[in-house]
Amino acid sequence: MYYHRGTSTLPEVGKNNGTHMVTPTLALKHVRKYFGAVHALEDASLELFAGEIHALVGENGAGKSTLVKILAGLHQKDAGEMLFENFETTFTSPKDSIDSGIAVIYQEPTLFPDLTIAENIYMERQPRRSFNRIDYEEMNSSVSSIFASLGVALDPRQVSIGLSIAEQQLVEIAKALTLNAKVVVMDEPTAALSAKEVERLFHIAKTLKAQGVAILFISHRLEEVFRLCDRVTVMRDGRFVMSDLTENVSEETLVRAMVGRDVDLSERSEQRSVHEVVLEVERLSEEGVFNDISFSVRAGEVVALSGLVGSGRSEVVGAIFGIRRYDYGSVKVNSTQLKKGSPARAMEAGIALVPEDRRQQGLVMEMAISRNIALASLASLKRFGVLSSKAEKNFSKDWALKLRLKYSKLTSPVSTLSGGNQQKVVLAKWLSRSPKVLIVDEPTRGIDIGTKVEVHRLIFELARTGVAVLVVSSELPEVLALSDRILVMREGSLVGEFERSQATEEKIIALATTTKAVA
Amino acid sequence: MNDITTVPNLDSGKGATLPNTQANTSKRSFKSLLVWESGLFVVLVASVIGGSILSPQFLTAGNILNLQLSIGEIAIMALPLALIVITGEIDLSVASILGLSSSLVGYLWMHHVPMSIALSVVLVVGALLGLFNGVLVTRLGLPSLAVTIGTLALYRGVALVILGSNIVSNFPPSYTSIGVNSIPGFDISYSMFVFIVLAVIFGLVVHFTPFGRSLFAIGLNKEAAAYAGIRVKRTKTTLYVLSGVICALAGVLYTFRLSTAEYNNGSGLELNAVSLVLLAGVSIFGGRGSILGVVLAVATLGTIQNGLLLTTFPQQAMGVVVGGLLLISVFVPNASLIRRQFQEFKFKKVAKKRSNSGESMGDLETKRILSSATGGKGDMLQS
Repeated sequence: MYYHRGTSTLPEVGKNNGTHMVTPTLALKHVRKYFGAVHALEDASLELFAGEIHALVGENGAGKSTLVKILAGLHQKDAGEMLFENFETTFTSPKDSIDSGIAVIYQEPTLFPDLTIAENIYMERQPRRSFNRIDYEEMNSSVSSIFASLGVALDPRQVSIGLSIAEQQLVEIAKALTLNAKVVVMDEPTAALSAKEVERLFHIAKTLKAQGVAILFISHRLEEVFRLCDRVTVMRDGRFVMSDLTENVSEETLVRAMVGRDVDLSERSEQRSVHEVVLEVERLSEEGVFNDISFSVRAGEVVALSGLVGSGRSEVVGAIFGIRRYDYGSVKVNSTQLKKGSPARAMEAGIALVPEDRRQQGLVMEMAISRNIALASLASLKRFGVLSSKAEKNFSKDWALKLRLKYSKLTSPVSTLSGGNQQKVVLAKWLSRSPKVLIVDEPTRGIDIGTKVEVHRLIFELARTGVAVLVVSSELPEVLALSDRILVMREGSLVGEFERSQATEEKIIALATTTKAVA
Repeated sequence: MNDITTVPNLDSGKGATLPNTQANTSKRSFKSLLVWESGLFVVLVASVIGGSILSPQFLTAGNILNLQLSIGEIAIMALPLALIVITGEIDLSVASILGLSSSLVGYLWMHHVPMSIALSVVLVVGALLGLFNGVLVTRLGLPSLAVTIGTLALYRGVALVILGSNIVSNFPPSYTSIGVNSIPGFDISYSMFVFIVLAVIFGLVVHFTPFGRSLFAIGLNKEAAAYAGIRVKRTKTTLYVLSGVICALAGVLYTFRLSTAEYNNGSGLELNAVSLVLLAGVSIFGGRGSILGVVLAVATLGTIQNGLLLTTFPQQAMGVVVGGLLLISVFVPNASLIRRQFQEFKFKKVAKKRSNSGESMGDLETKRILSSATGGKGDMLQS
């Protein structure tokens, strides 16, 4: 929950640093994109020049992905300007974007697994011979020469199935080159790569740069930004914040720009009294997802599990709740070990999970509001084995009132509610079970500020009554405002723990993003 | 406070949606659910009136018994099938389980096994056949459509192995009379009696117990159901076992009605059972339907089939009626959706033409196209 007071100004990179006096290949000016009531981009600006590697950084939810999707033609901007080689452009489809010379390399490319590398690269535009036959020779040799120029040892005739993510990205880059792409957008390309593969990607990025391609490089890893990129643009909350040469900024400046804002959250005032350990997680591991996670949560305590999206936070809480299976380790509630892979058992033991994806995991969207509220408590609403509709109605009415749910009829499908009220239904569903351990995964994502404050108060209130609360959130102000202790995850491992008094957003971000140890 | 923005977390591929479109769609389907059973009732009344006009025999006690006998086993099989379809799965092996059970009854009787033991064995085997379906679908995660097409052929094949080309027809009259006579004092066949008893039990379970509620939750969103602690796999397996037992029972009744055990008994009846379930208003996508609908559909289909038999309508062409009803049942609930999609398609084409010809579109119009383009598959575009 943040407040914007300042107005953003356009970067005047060309004038300021004197390095680029030419027109940018691609320029976005004050671009806005709303999805219904959700403001994904408020005022995004970006200038991208030929022959530069330009980093785009920002916290989760800063609008980077939306911006990429606008460039890729998947979304269209609602307002603002997009200039491609100085001409106002709108990409109405991915094809428009590709035809203009923009290539987007996604974190995990999707190739046709049964086709060869060359066939993938030339999909829909194969070189032809007489009688419209595909000219495989021409196709393979041209891909070969591209791979050679990039210094890549891949055979164009190889079938794509079994290629690593790094190799699939290389295929996409080669595709970009056959399209004579002027702009290559790399959306977190290094997230799933090994150190060696990252080196190779960097080398290729520099090769492309030397050929005059403009590269937009999106990454959460700041050390990569400083090593590879010439310039960096920071976004926050859908707005442009700053843009400068990387040599002119320090890591500290960057982190502050990503986080920096007036934080105004209702912080807990009273000191909470903390009691015995309720939830105990020991050496929990799932191969390739999270590794050796150990921590405990006491009654009356709020612990945050922080880290970037994809660091394994949601997977860990899913394993605790039993919706995911884990390979190793144990979960105990009040010293009793839980059977793994059984949400029903976890619920009996007193765990409740408000999942990350409200629409897919939290709610049965087309079911009535009252039925959604009662869904996890049906056993307690039975009279002689039969559901008492009166009991169910009173039960859900009661909880709707407690959480101040705004609804017209309890029998309307839950999809008719706003996002914030939908989240209240999920909360009602779980709070009505009087859990001993409440796990909330992104409890306030995409909901309005009023509801957000209510949700926070609710969490305080529950902790006060002795519930052990585990919060997963990508929003650092929320993490800081809610929790007594903060655990930080990176790439599937717990990398640090802060007492609230010592924690700052900068420290958490640094720990969650950089690979070097931070005290 | 107006300068506050809430930013969706698009990094994880979820978040922004177009709430209006979503709400309208579900509202519409919610209404159509209430309307379906009454519509079915109107069709039923119309076909009863039509039948009695077409033939003076139609409303006689003998004909009504015939009607009940002709639809009895299918009706019984349709009940558990409706539950399976509500959870979003399908069971196409129902008629093959019927055939296998019929063969087994014949085989056991042929080998002088007492009828009470034979019937118990058949019901247990039915449960095992259902369990096999259930395990393949839930534990191995195979698509139920493929699995039950496989067991449709497999179980029929096993029936042939058991009985070969033998035809067993020397069942004692005390049993075969169950197949063809009505219950003394009532104008109800035994099969219809079984159906009514089961329908009452199923109706109670489906609409008034936590188990029944969980079926709808699974059908509408099995992920959210699992997150609510519902044992999705176990529930589905239970339904397949139930279907196996009830289809075996239907197989026994079928055998007594024809006084004949034969490996190809009930061949092709899965089509009728599925048609019944869809005619009942159970959504093929899962999550919707009622036992009242199944009861009305049984009455309606039975009436239409029977009425046509009393006319000169060729019996061999009955597939036209069953298939036609199946298509209509699928088409009607989706008609409004299909119409809307078609309109959007036309609208997009126009918009595309305009943008290609360089004409700029107004802001409002752009938004309309966007919302229509993302309306049905917003998630796909987000991810």
